[in-house]
Amino acid sequence: MSDDESDIILSELNDDELVDQMFDDLYDGLKEEIEEAVNILLERGWQPYDILTKALVGGMTIVGHDFRDGILFVPEVLLAANAMKGGMAILKPLLAETGAPRVGKMVIGTVKGDIHDIGKNLVAMMMEGAGFEVVDLGINNAVESYMEALESEAPDILGMSALLTTTMPYMKVVIDSLVEQGKRDDYIVLVGGAPLNEEFGRAIGADAYCRDAAVAVETAKSMMARKHNQGVVR
Amino acid sequence: MQVPSDQDLTTKGMAASGGGRLLVLACGALAREILALIRVNGWDHVDLHCLPAILHNHPQKIAGAVEEAVLARRDGYEQVFVAYADCGTGGDLGRVCDRLGVQMIRGPHCYAFFEGVDAFDARGEVFSFYLTDFLARQFDTFVWRGLKIDKHPELLPMYFGHYQTLVYLAQTDDPALTALAQQAADKLGLAFERRYTGYGELATALAAAV
Repeated sequence: MSDDESDIILSELNDDELVDQMFDDLYDGLKEEIEEAVNILLERGWQPYDILTKALVGGMTIVGHDFRDGILFVPEVLLAANAMKGGMAILKPLLAETGAPRVGKMVIGTVKGDIHDIGKNLVAMMMEGAGFEVVDLGINNAVESYMEALESEAPDILGMSALLTTTMPYMKVVIDSLVEQGKRDDYIVLVGGAPLNEEFGRAIGADAYCRDAAVAVETAKSMMARKHNQGVVR
Repeated sequence: MQVPSDQDLTTKGMAASGGGRLLVLACGALAREILALIRVNGWDHVDLHCLPAILHNHPQKIAGAVEEAVLARRDGYEQVFVAYADCGTGGDLGRVCDRLGVQMIRGPHCYAFFEGVDAFDARGEVFSFYLTDFLARQFDTFVWRGLKIDKHPELLPMYFGHYQTLVYLAQTDDPALTALAQQAADKLGLAFERRYTGYGELATALAAAV
């Protein structure tokens, strides 16, 4: 965004300016600057959860919107994610200590036959940032892997990702297995990936298709709120 | 028809000459192969128009670009054939072609139709990254610089951490291209395999359309 980050002394900025600068630095994928800014805010007495949500997730949401709108592309988003990861690495142990609110739990993984995990990793990171506990199953997950994790982790949400048109139908295999075992209604099922669309999500019986990480977070939050209202949260 | 440079095929594509009864609307990455097929088979009534091959890195733009090009040019020809597979469009390109009433190539991408879609599927390869002749020549543009690994090597494991093998699907027997593909595999830290495919189902699909 700006060309003169090197002239800016982060510690001399007031809180609002610093958060704005963190948005810029996330946008530009500047990991060291983000780590420095996170430490400055901690020294100023900010709660880890506030740094995470107001600075990191806030900045990454802008990145996500510009990716959706074709202003940023995958390399820029990856660099931004890498910078956010640097900040989160500092905050994560502190979040555990300070008892940050837990919105819900998600099991997420890329489907069988597919090793692409860039989008899935972004969703996992943003969901964590939004207060979800995330169990990441990684890549190339067979239906058994999902079922075992759902059984052992008892999440609220199952997230499945695929990048290939040849692998995305596997999501239906997983959902069909849930239906067969009478467990479909136990979980919110969110799906995503570049070749998917809403029609596909509906056709395979998912609860929602999420076109990007920010949408995944918003969808997950609103569905969790609905679950709460219906009194069906574990 | 002259073959433009790889750089032009990547960023600009190739304009149709305006003659012929059948327009083949193709990805720039296929220009050399299609022009060779036109020449060898004496398909004098076939014209070729290519979209920039770099759309490969932005598949969400392919369907719209193809639709625009077909609509802009179809009146000058009796028939249009789209020389793309699905190419990461998630079925969008197929829907566009159905709506426009034009044929396209079967399969998920050019890797599959070069090898043969059924043979490619039967391999069930999960951990392979593919190059064709064009992509071996343009590896730096599409991958190394295109994905900004040159400036940010920390991105390499994020892109390629799960891949194991670079498979070079060779359309021609060219030791220089094999060497380029091998170098690409080395840069990415992947094992290397060369697999000769020839023009595969690109040739049969075009022959059927012609």
